[in-house]
Amino acid sequence: MSIAGQPPPTAPLTCEAMPIGLLRYGLWGGRTRRRDLPLPGELKPSYDVVIIGGGGHGLATAYHLAKHWGVRNVCVLDRGYLGGGNTARNTAVIRSNYITPESVRFYKEGVELFTRFSNDLGYNIMYSQRGQLTLAHSDASLRTFRLRAEVNKHLGVRSEMVDRQQIREIVPCLNMADDVRYPILGGLWHRDGGTARHDAVAWAYAARAAEMGVELHQRTEVTGIRRDKGKATGVETTRGAIACGHVVQAVAGMSSRLADMAGFRLPIRSFPLQAMVTQPLKPFLDPLVSSAALHAYVSQTGRGELVIGGGSDPYELYSTRSTLELKESLIAHTLEMFPFLAEVKMLRQWAGITDMTPDYSPIMGESPLKNYWLDAGWGTWGFKATPVSGKYMAETVATERAPAMLRPFRLDRFATYDLANEMGATAASH
Amino acid sequence: MKIMPCPLNGPRNISEFSCFGEVTEMPEPATADDTTWAEHVWYANNMAGVVREWWCHVPTSYWFIAERNTVTDEILRTYPAGEVFKERVEFAPKDTSA
Ligand SMILES: Cc1cc2nc3c(=O)[nH]c(=O)nc-3n(C[C@H](O)[C@H](O)[C@H](O)COP(=O)(O)OP(=O)(O)OC[C@H]3O[C@@H](n4cnc5c(N)ncnc54)[C@H](O)[C@@H]3O)c2cc1C
Repeated sequence: MSIAGQPPPTAPLTCEAMPIGLLRYGLWGGRTRRRDLPLPGELKPSYDVVIIGGGGHGLATAYHLAKHWGVRNVCVLDRGYLGGGNTARNTAVIRSNYITPESVRFYKEGVELFTRFSNDLGYNIMYSQRGQLTLAHSDASLRTFRLRAEVNKHLGVRSEMVDRQQIREIVPCLNMADDVRYPILGGLWHRDGGTARHDAVAWAYAARAAEMGVELHQRTEVTGIRRDKGKATGVETTRGAIACGHVVQAVAGMSSRLADMAGFRLPIRSFPLQAMVTQPLKPFLDPLVSSAALHAYVSQTGRGELVIGGGSDPYELYSTRSTLELKESLIAHTLEMFPFLAEVKMLRQWAGITDMTPDYSPIMGESPLKNYWLDAGWGTWGFKATPVSGKYMAETVATERAPAMLRPFRLDRFATYDLANEMGATAASH
Repeated sequence: MKIMPCPLNGPRNISEFSCFGEVTEMPEPATADDTTWAEHVWYANNMAGVVREWWCHVPTSYWFIAERNTVTDEILRTYPAGEVFKERVEFAPKDTSA
Protein backbone atom coordinates (compact mmCIF):
# COMPACT_ATOMS: atom_id res chain seq x y z
CA MET A 1 0.00 0.00 0.00
CA SER A 2 1.35 3.44 -0.86
CA ILE A 3 1.25 6.33 1.54
CA ALA A 4 -0.93 9.08 0.11
CA GLY A 5 1.13 11.80 -1.54
CA GLN A 6 4.44 9.94 -1.51
CA PRO A 7 6.37 10.32 -4.80
CA PRO A 8 6.91 6.96 -6.50
CA PRO A 9 10.39 5.66 -5.69
CA THR A 10 12.69 5.87 -8.71
CA ALA A 11 14.63 2.74 -7.73
CA PRO A 12 13.38 -0.33 -5.90
CA LEU A 13 13.97 0.11 -2.18
CA THR A 14 16.90 -2.20 -1.64
CA CYS A 15 19.06 -2.21 1.44
CA GLU A 16 21.43 0.29 -0.15
CA ALA A 17 18.75 2.55 -1.54
CA MET A 18 16.84 2.54 1.70
CA PRO A 19 18.59 5.38 3.55
CA ILE A 20 18.39 7.59 0.47
CA GLY A 21 14.75 6.73 -0.12
CA LEU A 22 14.02 7.42 3.49
CA LEU A 23 15.86 10.73 3.33
CA ARG A 24 13.95 11.75 0.23
CA TYR A 25 10.70 10.79 1.86
CA GLY A 26 11.60 12.66 5.00
CA LEU A 27 12.60 15.85 3.22
CA TRP A 28 9.79 15.88 0.69
CA GLY A 29 7.16 18.25 1.97
CA GLY A 30 4.13 17.15 0.01
CA ARG A 31 2.88 14.40 2.31
CA THR A 32 -0.76 14.54 3.21
CA ARG A 33 -1.70 13.37 6.67
CA ARG A 34 -4.36 10.71 6.95
CA ARG A 35 -7.36 12.21 8.71
CA ASP A 36 -9.76 10.10 10.74
CA LEU A 37 -12.29 12.91 10.75
CA PRO A 38 -13.05 15.48 8.06
CA LEU A 39 -12.38 19.10 8.97
CA PRO A 40 -15.51 20.58 10.55
CA GLY A 41 -17.46 23.01 8.39
CA GLU A 42 -20.21 25.46 9.22
CA LEU A 43 -23.31 24.28 11.06
CA LYS A 44 -26.23 23.69 8.72
CA PRO A 45 -29.50 25.49 9.55
CA SER A 46 -31.22 22.16 10.14
CA TYR A 47 -30.67 18.44 10.64
CA ASP A 48 -32.95 15.45 10.98
CA VAL A 49 -31.33 14.59 14.31
CA VAL A 50 -29.16 16.66 16.65
CA ILE A 51 -27.24 14.67 19.25
CA ILE A 52 -25.98 16.65 22.24
CA GLY A 53 -22.77 15.15 23.63
CA GLY A 54 -19.82 13.78 21.64
CA GLY A 55 -18.95 11.04 24.08
CA GLY A 56 -19.18 7.34 23.27
CA HIS A 57 -22.96 7.24 23.78
CA GLY A 58 -23.81 10.16 21.49
CA LEU A 59 -21.41 8.97 18.78
CA ALA A 60 -22.59 5.35 18.97
CA THR A 61 -26.16 6.56 18.52
CA ALA A 62 -25.11 8.62 15.49
CA TYR A 63 -23.21 5.66 14.02
CA HIS A 64 -26.16 3.27 14.38
CA LEU A 65 -28.62 5.85 13.02
CA ALA A 66 -26.51 6.20 9.87
CA LYS A 67 -25.51 2.57 9.53
CA HIS A 68 -28.71 0.69 10.33
CA TRP A 69 -31.51 3.19 9.85
CA GLY A 70 -30.21 5.23 6.91
CA VAL A 71 -30.55 8.45 8.93
CA ARG A 72 -27.46 10.40 7.89
CA ASN A 73 -28.47 14.03 8.18
CA VAL A 74 -27.26 13.95 11.77
CA CYS A 75 -24.95 16.19 13.77
CA VAL A 76 -23.25 15.54 17.07
CA LEU A 77 -22.44 18.63 19.16
CA ASP A 78 -19.91 18.72 21.97
CA ARG A 79 -19.00 21.72 24.07
CA GLY A 80 -15.50 20.31 24.58
CA TYR A 81 -13.71 17.81 22.40
CA LEU A 82 -14.40 14.35 21.02
CA GLY A 83 -14.59 11.83 23.86
CA GLY A 84 -13.26 14.35 26.39
CA GLY A 85 -15.97 13.53 28.94
CA ASN A 86 -16.42 10.39 30.96
CA THR A 87 -15.74 8.26 27.90
CA ALA A 88 -12.05 9.03 28.30
CA ARG A 89 -12.11 9.18 32.10
CA ASN A 90 -13.52 5.80 32.99
CA THR A 91 -11.67 2.73 34.19
CA ALA A 92 -12.97 0.69 31.23
CA VAL A 93 -14.56 -2.17 33.14
CA ILE A 94 -16.84 -4.13 30.77
CA ARG A 95 -19.06 -6.75 32.39
CA SER A 96 -22.60 -8.10 32.50
CA ASN A 97 -22.89 -9.71 35.97
CA TYR A 98 -25.80 -7.57 37.13
CA ILE A 99 -28.67 -8.80 39.29
CA THR A 100 -32.02 -7.97 37.65
CA PRO A 101 -32.84 -10.04 34.55
CA GLU A 102 -33.64 -6.82 32.62
CA SER A 103 -30.16 -5.43 33.22
CA VAL A 104 -28.36 -8.73 32.67
CA ARG A 105 -30.00 -9.14 29.26
CA PHE A 106 -29.11 -5.59 28.28
CA TYR A 107 -25.49 -5.59 29.47
CA LYS A 108 -24.94 -9.09 28.06
CA GLU A 109 -25.65 -7.75 24.60
CA GLY A 110 -23.30 -4.87 25.46
CA VAL A 111 -20.47 -7.32 26.13
CA GLU A 112 -21.25 -9.22 22.91
CA LEU A 113 -21.05 -6.01 20.88
CA PHE A 114 -17.68 -5.24 22.51
CA THR A 115 -16.28 -8.67 21.57
CA ARG A 116 -17.08 -7.93 17.90
CA PHE A 117 -16.37 -4.20 18.01
CA SER A 118 -12.86 -4.06 16.49
CA ASN A 119 -13.95 -6.24 13.54
CA ASP A 120 -17.34 -4.61 13.05
CA LEU A 121 -15.88 -1.12 12.91
CA GLY A 122 -12.43 -1.92 11.54
CA TYR A 123 -10.81 -0.06 14.42
CA ASN A 124 -8.70 -1.63 17.12
CA ILE A 125 -10.15 -0.87 20.55
CA MET A 126 -7.82 -3.35 22.29
CA TYR A 127 -10.69 -5.29 23.80
CA SER A 128 -9.36 -7.79 26.29
CA GLN A 129 -11.67 -10.29 28.01
CA ARG A 130 -9.76 -11.37 31.08
CA GLY A 131 -12.48 -12.11 33.58
CA GLN A 132 -13.51 -10.11 36.64
CA LEU A 133 -13.27 -11.32 40.22
CA THR A 134 -15.50 -9.58 42.77
CA LEU A 135 -14.65 -10.27 46.41
CA ALA A 136 -17.07 -10.99 49.25
CA HIS A 137 -16.07 -10.10 52.79
CA SER A 138 -19.42 -10.81 54.47
CA ASP A 139 -22.18 -13.43 54.47
CA ALA A 140 -24.56 -10.84 53.03
CA SER A 141 -22.30 -10.37 50.00
CA LEU A 142 -21.99 -14.12 49.53
CA ARG A 143 -25.79 -14.40 49.46
CA THR A 144 -26.23 -11.71 46.78
CA PHE A 145 -23.32 -13.18 44.77
CA ARG A 146 -25.14 -16.53 44.78
CA LEU A 147 -28.27 -14.85 43.46
CA ARG A 148 -26.30 -12.94 40.82
CA ALA A 149 -24.49 -16.12 39.71
CA GLU A 150 -27.79 -17.97 39.25
CA VAL A 151 -29.56 -15.11 37.43
CA ASN A 152 -26.48 -14.70 35.22
CA LYS A 153 -26.18 -18.40 34.36
CA HIS A 154 -29.87 -18.61 33.60
CA LEU A 155 -29.47 -15.83 31.03
CA GLY A 156 -26.26 -17.22 29.52
CA VAL A 157 -23.75 -14.98 31.29
CA ARG A 158 -20.65 -16.71 32.63
CA SER A 159 -20.64 -16.11 36.40
CA GLU A 160 -19.94 -18.55 39.20
CA MET A 161 -19.27 -18.56 42.93
CA VAL A 162 -15.68 -19.30 43.87
CA ASP A 163 -14.22 -20.27 47.25
CA ARG A 164 -10.95 -19.11 48.84
CA GLN A 165 -8.90 -21.87 47.20
CA GLN A 166 -10.24 -21.00 43.74
CA ILE A 167 -9.55 -17.31 44.41
CA ARG A 168 -5.91 -18.19 45.19
CA GLU A 169 -5.70 -19.93 41.84
CA ILE A 170 -7.31 -17.09 39.88
CA VAL A 171 -5.23 -14.31 41.51
CA PRO A 172 -2.22 -15.90 43.24
CA CYS A 173 -0.86 -12.55 44.48
CA LEU A 174 -4.03 -11.52 46.33
CA ASN A 175 -3.71 -11.08 50.09
CA MET A 176 -5.79 -13.91 51.59
CA ALA A 177 -4.72 -13.24 55.21
CA ASP A 178 -7.24 -13.44 58.03
CA ASP A 179 -5.70 -10.67 60.12
CA VAL A 180 -6.95 -7.82 57.93
CA ARG A 181 -9.93 -5.53 58.43
CA TYR A 182 -12.07 -7.41 55.87
CA PRO A 183 -10.89 -11.00 55.28
CA ILE A 184 -11.95 -12.49 51.94
CA LEU A 185 -14.67 -15.15 52.30
CA GLY A 186 -15.42 -15.96 48.66
CA GLY A 187 -15.98 -14.37 45.30
CA LEU A 188 -18.01 -13.97 42.14
CA TRP A 189 -15.98 -15.02 39.10
CA HIS A 190 -17.24 -13.47 35.88
CA ARG A 191 -15.41 -14.87 32.86
CA ASP A 192 -17.07 -12.40 30.47
CA GLY A 193 -15.53 -9.39 32.25
CA GLY A 194 -12.87 -7.35 30.44
CA THR A 195 -11.58 -3.94 29.39
CA ALA A 196 -11.03 -1.92 26.21
CA ARG A 197 -9.18 1.23 25.18
CA HIS A 198 -11.94 3.67 26.11
CA ASP A 199 -11.11 6.68 23.94
CA ALA A 200 -10.64 4.44 20.90
CA VAL A 201 -14.32 3.54 21.24
CA ALA A 202 -15.30 7.20 20.76
CA TRP A 203 -12.77 7.69 17.92
CA ALA A 204 -14.00 4.57 16.12
CA TYR A 205 -17.64 5.63 16.22
CA ALA A 206 -16.77 9.19 15.22
CA ALA A 207 -14.63 8.08 12.26
CA ARG A 208 -17.13 5.54 10.93
CA ALA A 209 -20.12 7.83 11.46
CA ALA A 210 -18.32 10.66 9.66
CA GLU A 211 -17.68 8.37 6.66
CA MET A 212 -21.45 8.01 6.36
CA GLY A 213 -22.06 11.76 6.48
CA VAL A 214 -22.61 12.41 10.18
CA GLU A 215 -21.15 15.77 11.26
CA LEU A 216 -19.26 16.16 14.51
CA HIS A 217 -18.95 19.72 15.81
CA GLN A 218 -16.61 20.09 18.74
CA ARG A 219 -16.41 23.22 20.90
CA THR A 220 -20.09 23.83 20.18
CA GLU A 221 -22.09 24.14 23.37
CA VAL A 222 -25.85 23.72 23.48
CA THR A 223 -27.29 26.63 25.46
CA GLY A 224 -31.03 26.17 24.94
CA ILE A 225 -33.68 23.80 23.60
CA ARG A 226 -36.28 25.22 21.21
CA ARG A 227 -39.78 23.94 21.89
CA ASP A 228 -43.16 24.37 20.33
CA LYS A 229 -46.40 22.90 21.68
CA GLY A 230 -44.68 20.26 23.82
CA LYS A 231 -42.31 19.27 21.06
CA ALA A 232 -38.58 19.84 20.57
CA THR A 233 -37.92 21.78 17.37
CA GLY A 234 -34.27 22.70 17.61
CA VAL A 235 -31.33 23.72 19.75
CA GLU A 236 -29.51 26.96 20.46
CA THR A 237 -25.74 26.80 20.50
CA THR A 238 -22.76 29.07 21.00
CA ARG A 239 -22.51 29.04 17.18
CA GLY A 240 -26.14 29.83 16.46
CA ALA A 241 -29.49 28.06 16.37
CA ILE A 242 -30.26 24.81 14.55
CA ALA A 243 -33.67 23.41 13.67
CA CYS A 244 -34.14 19.65 13.83
CA GLY A 245 -36.66 16.83 13.86
CA HIS A 246 -35.27 15.04 16.88
CA VAL A 247 -32.90 15.79 19.74
CA VAL A 248 -30.95 13.20 21.73
CA GLN A 249 -29.21 14.24 24.93
CA ALA A 250 -26.21 12.12 25.96
CA VAL A 251 -24.28 14.45 28.26
CA ALA A 252 -23.49 12.30 31.33
CA GLY A 253 -22.87 14.55 34.37
CA MET A 254 -24.67 17.48 32.70
CA SER A 255 -27.92 15.53 32.21
CA SER A 256 -29.94 17.61 34.69
CA ARG A 257 -28.68 20.86 33.18
CA LEU A 258 -29.79 19.88 29.67
CA ALA A 259 -33.14 18.61 30.97
CA ASP A 260 -33.55 21.99 32.67
CA MET A 261 -33.09 23.71 29.30
CA ALA A 262 -35.72 21.35 27.88
CA GLY A 263 -38.11 22.28 30.69
CA PHE A 264 -38.21 19.21 32.96
CA ARG A 265 -36.46 17.66 35.95
CA LEU A 266 -34.76 14.27 36.29
CA PRO A 267 -34.20 11.83 39.15
CA ILE A 268 -30.46 12.43 38.81
CA ARG A 269 -27.75 13.82 41.09
CA SER A 270 -24.25 14.63 39.83
CA PHE A 271 -21.25 13.38 41.80
CA PRO A 272 -17.53 13.36 40.95
CA LEU A 273 -15.96 9.95 40.53
CA GLN A 274 -12.19 9.76 40.90
CA ALA A 275 -9.65 7.26 39.63
CA MET A 276 -5.89 6.90 39.27
CA VAL A 277 -3.13 4.89 37.62
CA THR A 278 0.26 3.85 38.96
CA GLN A 279 3.60 3.70 37.24
CA PRO A 280 3.96 0.66 34.94
CA LEU A 281 4.93 -2.69 36.48
CA LYS A 282 5.71 -6.07 34.98
CA PRO A 283 2.51 -7.99 34.22
CA PHE A 284 1.28 -9.76 37.36
CA LEU A 285 -2.48 -9.26 37.37
CA ASP A 286 -4.54 -10.84 34.64
CA PRO A 287 -8.19 -10.53 35.74
CA LEU A 288 -9.93 -7.44 37.06
CA VAL A 289 -10.30 -7.50 40.86
CA SER A 290 -12.99 -5.60 42.69
CA SER A 291 -14.23 -5.28 46.26
CA ALA A 292 -17.34 -3.36 47.28
CA ALA A 293 -16.55 -3.56 50.99
CA LEU A 294 -13.13 -2.04 50.35
CA HIS A 295 -14.49 0.54 47.87
CA ALA A 296 -11.73 -0.28 45.41
CA TYR A 297 -11.11 -2.16 42.18
CA VAL A 298 -7.90 -2.78 40.29
CA SER A 299 -6.85 -3.88 36.83
CA GLN A 300 -3.54 -3.90 34.99
CA THR A 301 -3.33 -2.34 31.55
CA GLY A 302 -1.42 -3.64 28.55
CA ARG A 303 1.44 -1.31 29.38
CA GLY A 304 1.57 -2.47 32.96
CA GLU A 305 -0.02 0.45 34.81
CA LEU A 306 -2.51 -0.38 37.52
CA VAL A 307 -5.85 1.33 37.05
CA ILE A 308 -7.48 1.91 40.42
CA GLY A 309 -11.01 3.12 40.98
CA GLY A 310 -13.50 3.17 43.81
CA GLY A 311 -16.65 4.80 45.13
CA SER A 312 -18.09 8.21 44.32
CA ASP A 313 -17.31 11.42 46.17
CA PRO A 314 -19.43 11.98 49.29
CA TYR A 315 -21.38 15.01 48.10
CA GLU A 316 -22.84 16.43 44.86
CA LEU A 317 -20.53 18.58 42.76
CA TYR A 318 -20.00 19.77 39.19
CA SER A 319 -16.25 20.25 39.60
CA THR A 320 -13.70 17.66 38.49
CA ARG A 321 -11.24 18.65 41.22
CA SER A 322 -9.53 15.70 42.89
CA THR A 323 -9.17 15.12 46.62
CA LEU A 324 -6.38 13.66 48.70
CA GLU A 325 -8.85 11.87 51.01
CA LEU A 326 -10.23 9.79 48.21
CA LYS A 327 -6.80 8.89 46.90
CA GLU A 328 -5.68 7.92 50.43
CA SER A 329 -8.67 5.66 50.88
CA LEU A 330 -8.23 4.08 47.43
CA ILE A 331 -4.58 3.42 48.17
CA ALA A 332 -5.20 2.05 51.67
CA HIS A 333 -7.83 -0.37 50.40
CA THR A 334 -5.78 -1.44 47.41
CA LEU A 335 -2.90 -2.18 49.77
CA GLU A 336 -5.13 -4.43 51.83
CA MET A 337 -5.63 -6.53 48.68
CA PHE A 338 -2.08 -6.19 47.31
CA PRO A 339 0.29 -5.16 50.16
CA PHE A 340 3.38 -5.50 47.96
CA LEU A 341 2.34 -2.39 46.01
CA ALA A 342 3.22 -0.11 48.95
CA GLU A 343 6.30 1.40 47.27
CA VAL A 344 4.66 1.91 43.88
CA LYS A 345 4.16 5.48 42.71
CA MET A 346 0.94 7.04 41.52
CA LEU A 347 1.33 8.39 37.98
CA ARG A 348 -1.93 10.18 37.15
CA GLN A 349 -5.25 10.86 38.82
CA TRP A 350 -8.44 12.56 37.70
CA ALA A 351 -12.21 12.79 38.11
CA GLY A 352 -15.34 12.81 35.97
CA ILE A 353 -18.84 14.04 36.79
CA THR A 354 -21.28 11.15 36.94
CA ASP A 355 -25.07 11.33 36.67
CA MET A 356 -26.36 9.06 39.43
CA THR A 357 -29.89 7.64 39.49
CA PRO A 358 -31.60 6.30 42.65
CA ASP A 359 -31.57 2.69 41.36
CA TYR A 360 -28.15 2.69 39.67
CA SER A 361 -29.80 2.01 36.31
CA PRO A 362 -29.79 4.35 33.32
CA ILE A 363 -32.66 6.42 31.91
CA MET A 364 -33.27 5.84 28.21
CA GLY A 365 -36.06 6.67 25.82
CA GLU A 366 -38.97 9.12 26.02
CA SER A 367 -38.82 12.39 27.95
CA PRO A 368 -41.69 14.70 28.89
CA LEU A 369 -40.87 16.65 25.70
CA LYS A 370 -41.89 15.03 22.42
CA ASN A 371 -39.05 14.20 19.98
CA TYR A 372 -36.54 14.83 22.77
CA TRP A 373 -34.86 11.54 23.71
CA LEU A 374 -32.90 10.73 26.83
CA ASP A 375 -29.71 8.74 27.15
CA ALA A 376 -28.84 9.67 30.72
CA GLY A 377 -28.24 8.43 34.22
CA TRP A 378 -25.23 6.36 33.21
CA GLY A 379 -23.49 7.28 36.42
CA THR A 380 -20.38 5.30 37.16
CA TRP A 381 -21.15 2.31 34.92
CA GLY A 382 -22.04 3.46 31.39
CA PHE A 383 -18.88 2.81 29.38
CA LYS A 384 -19.64 -0.90 29.02
CA ALA A 385 -23.03 0.00 27.56
CA THR A 386 -21.73 2.40 24.90
CA PRO A 387 -22.34 0.07 21.91
CA VAL A 388 -25.61 -1.41 23.15
CA SER A 389 -27.14 1.89 24.19
CA GLY A 390 -26.11 3.41 20.83
CA LYS A 391 -27.80 0.56 19.01
CA TYR A 392 -31.09 0.87 20.88
CA MET A 393 -31.10 4.67 21.13
CA ALA A 394 -30.79 4.79 17.33
CA GLU A 395 -33.75 2.42 17.04
CA THR A 396 -35.68 4.60 19.50
CA VAL A 397 -35.14 7.75 17.45
CA ALA A 398 -35.66 6.09 14.06
CA THR A 399 -38.91 4.38 15.09
CA GLU A 400 -39.96 7.17 17.52
CA ARG A 401 -40.52 4.58 20.22
CA ALA A 402 -38.25 2.90 22.78
CA PRO A 403 -37.94 -0.82 21.97
CA ALA A 404 -38.77 -3.53 24.53
CA MET A 405 -35.11 -3.85 25.55
CA LEU A 406 -35.19 -0.29 26.89
CA ARG A 407 -38.60 -0.31 28.58
CA PRO A 408 -37.19 -1.27 32.03
CA PHE A 409 -35.06 1.89 31.87
CA ARG A 410 -37.78 4.39 30.96
CA LEU A 411 -38.02 7.62 32.93
CA ASP A 412 -41.60 6.73 33.89
CA ARG A 413 -40.47 3.90 36.12
CA PHE A 414 -39.94 6.31 38.99
CA ALA A 415 -43.54 7.52 38.93
CA THR A 416 -44.73 3.90 39.31
CA TYR A 417 -41.99 2.85 41.75
CA ASP A 418 -40.99 0.17 39.25
CA LEU A 419 -37.24 0.53 39.80
CA ALA A 420 -34.44 -1.61 38.33
CA ASN A 421 -32.26 -1.76 41.42
CA GLU A 422 -28.61 -2.44 40.61
CA MET A 423 -27.03 -0.65 43.54
CA GLY A 424 -25.46 -3.77 45.03
CA ALA A 425 -24.22 -5.01 41.67
CA THR A 426 -22.71 -1.64 40.77
CA ALA A 427 -21.06 -0.15 43.86
CA ALA A 428 -17.29 -0.13 43.35
CA SER A 429 -17.49 -2.52 40.41
CA HIS A 430 -18.48 -0.05 37.66
CA MET B 1 -8.82 17.96 54.23
CA LYS B 2 -11.67 20.26 53.38
CA ILE B 3 -13.13 22.04 56.41
CA MET B 4 -16.84 22.34 57.16
CA PRO B 5 -17.74 25.10 59.63
CA CYS B 6 -20.29 23.37 61.88
CA PRO B 7 -22.65 25.76 63.72
CA LEU B 8 -22.37 23.55 66.83
CA ASN B 9 -18.84 22.10 66.74
CA GLY B 10 -16.89 24.76 64.88
CA PRO B 11 -14.54 23.96 61.96
CA ARG B 12 -14.18 20.19 61.46
CA ASN B 13 -12.89 17.87 58.73
CA ILE B 14 -15.61 17.35 56.13
CA SER B 15 -15.23 13.57 56.45
CA GLU B 16 -17.07 13.86 59.80
CA PHE B 17 -20.20 15.04 57.99
CA SER B 18 -22.86 13.53 55.78
CA CYS B 19 -24.84 15.46 53.19
CA PHE B 20 -28.56 14.75 52.98
CA GLY B 21 -29.49 16.76 49.92
CA GLU B 22 -31.30 19.93 49.09
CA VAL B 23 -33.73 21.53 51.55
CA THR B 24 -37.12 20.98 49.91
CA GLU B 25 -40.67 21.25 51.08
CA MET B 26 -42.37 17.93 51.81
CA PRO B 27 -45.77 17.54 50.14
CA GLU B 28 -48.60 16.67 52.53
CA PRO B 29 -48.43 12.83 52.67
CA ALA B 30 -52.18 12.38 53.20
CA THR B 31 -53.25 14.42 50.21
CA ALA B 32 -50.35 14.35 47.73
CA ASP B 33 -51.02 12.25 44.63
CA ASP B 34 -48.63 9.47 43.61
CA THR B 35 -46.85 11.56 40.98
CA THR B 36 -46.19 14.41 43.41
CA TRP B 37 -44.89 11.97 46.01
CA ALA B 38 -42.68 10.14 43.48
CA GLU B 39 -41.22 13.51 42.41
CA HIS B 40 -40.50 14.35 46.03
CA VAL B 41 -38.84 11.00 46.70
CA TRP B 42 -36.79 10.49 43.53
CA TYR B 43 -36.33 13.74 41.59
CA ALA B 44 -33.72 16.42 42.24
CA ASN B 45 -32.98 19.94 41.04
CA ASN B 46 -29.28 18.99 40.86
CA MET B 47 -28.36 22.66 40.54
CA ALA B 48 -25.06 23.91 39.21
CA GLY B 49 -24.56 26.88 41.52
CA VAL B 50 -25.52 27.80 45.06
CA VAL B 51 -27.68 25.20 46.84
CA ARG B 52 -29.15 25.01 50.34
CA GLU B 53 -28.66 21.54 51.84
CA TRP B 54 -29.17 19.43 54.93
CA TRP B 55 -25.91 18.32 56.52
CA CYS B 56 -25.30 16.26 59.65
CA HIS B 57 -22.23 16.18 61.87
CA VAL B 58 -22.27 12.42 62.36
CA PRO B 59 -20.35 12.03 65.67
CA THR B 60 -22.67 14.49 67.44
CA SER B 61 -25.73 13.74 65.31
CA TYR B 62 -26.22 17.49 64.81
CA TRP B 63 -28.29 18.52 61.79
CA PHE B 64 -27.90 21.95 60.19
CA ILE B 65 -28.20 23.78 56.89
CA ALA B 66 -25.29 24.66 54.59
CA GLU B 67 -25.20 26.91 51.55
CA ARG B 68 -22.71 25.56 49.09
CA ASN B 69 -21.60 26.28 45.53
CA THR B 70 -21.69 23.03 43.55
CA VAL B 71 -19.52 24.44 40.77
CA THR B 72 -16.66 25.90 42.81
CA ASP B 73 -16.88 23.49 45.78
CA GLU B 74 -17.08 26.41 48.23
CA ILE B 75 -19.08 26.34 51.45
CA LEU B 76 -20.61 29.81 51.72
CA ARG B 77 -22.58 29.71 54.97
CA THR B 78 -23.79 27.22 57.59
CA TYR B 79 -26.48 27.82 60.19
CA PRO B 80 -28.84 26.01 62.56
CA ALA B 81 -32.00 24.66 60.92
CA GLY B 82 -33.96 26.88 63.32
CA GLU B 83 -33.14 29.89 61.12
CA VAL B 84 -35.37 28.41 58.43
CA PHE B 85 -37.80 26.26 60.39
CA LYS B 86 -39.37 28.49 63.00
CA GLU B 87 -42.09 26.01 63.90
CA ARG B 88 -42.00 22.31 64.61
CA VAL B 89 -42.48 20.23 61.43
CA GLU B 90 -45.06 17.49 61.80
CA PHE B 91 -44.08 14.41 59.83
CA ALA B 92 -47.09 12.35 60.83
CA PRO B 93 -49.92 12.63 58.29
CA LYS B 94 -52.50 15.17 59.33
CA ASP B 95 -55.69 13.66 60.77
CA THR B 96 -58.24 14.27 58.03
CA SER B 97 -61.07 12.30 59.68
CA ALA B 98 -62.22 15.23 61.80
C1 LIG C 1 -13.56 7.79 37.02
C2 LIG C 1 -14.65 7.08 36.27
C3 LIG C 1 -14.59 5.69 36.17
C4 LIG C 1 -15.58 4.99 35.46
N1 LIG C 1 -15.44 3.65 35.31
C5 LIG C 1 -16.31 2.96 34.52
C6 LIG C 1 -16.07 1.59 34.25
O1 LIG C 1 -15.09 1.01 34.69
N2 LIG C 1 -16.98 0.93 33.47
C7 LIG C 1 -18.08 1.55 32.95
O2 LIG C 1 -18.87 0.89 32.27
N3 LIG C 1 -18.32 2.88 33.19
C8 LIG C 1 -17.46 3.60 33.95
N4 LIG C 1 -17.66 4.94 34.19
C9 LIG C 1 -18.86 5.60 33.64
C10 LIG C 1 -18.70 5.93 32.15
O3 LIG C 1 -17.48 6.61 31.94
C11 LIG C 1 -19.84 6.82 31.65
O4 LIG C 1 -21.09 6.33 32.08
C12 LIG C 1 -19.86 6.88 30.14
O5 LIG C 1 -18.58 7.09 29.61
C13 LIG C 1 -20.79 7.96 29.67
O6 LIG C 1 -20.61 8.18 28.29
P1 LIG C 1 -21.34 9.38 27.58
O7 LIG C 1 -20.96 9.32 26.16
O8 LIG C 1 -22.78 9.33 27.92
O9 LIG C 1 -20.77 10.67 28.33
P2 LIG C 1 -19.42 11.53 28.12
O10 LIG C 1 -18.33 10.73 27.55
O11 LIG C 1 -19.17 12.24 29.40
O12 LIG C 1 -19.86 12.55 27.00
C14 LIG C 1 -20.77 13.59 27.26
C15 LIG C 1 -20.33 14.79 26.47
O13 LIG C 1 -21.34 15.79 26.54
C16 LIG C 1 -20.71 17.03 26.41
N5 LIG C 1 -21.62 18.09 26.88
C17 LIG C 1 -22.05 18.34 28.15
N6 LIG C 1 -22.86 19.41 28.16
C18 LIG C 1 -22.96 19.85 26.88
C19 LIG C 1 -23.65 20.93 26.24
N7 LIG C 1 -24.41 21.79 26.93
N8 LIG C 1 -23.51 21.07 24.88
C20 LIG C 1 -22.73 20.23 24.15
N9 LIG C 1 -22.07 19.20 24.72
C21 LIG C 1 -22.17 19.01 26.05
C22 LIG C 1 -19.43 16.90 27.22
O14 LIG C 1 -18.44 17.80 26.78
C23 LIG C 1 -19.04 15.43 26.97
O15 LIG C 1 -18.03 15.28 26.01
C24 LIG C 1 -16.70 5.69 34.90
C25 LIG C 1 -16.77 7.08 35.03
C26 LIG C 1 -15.76 7.79 35.69
C27 LIG C 1 -15.84 9.28 35.79
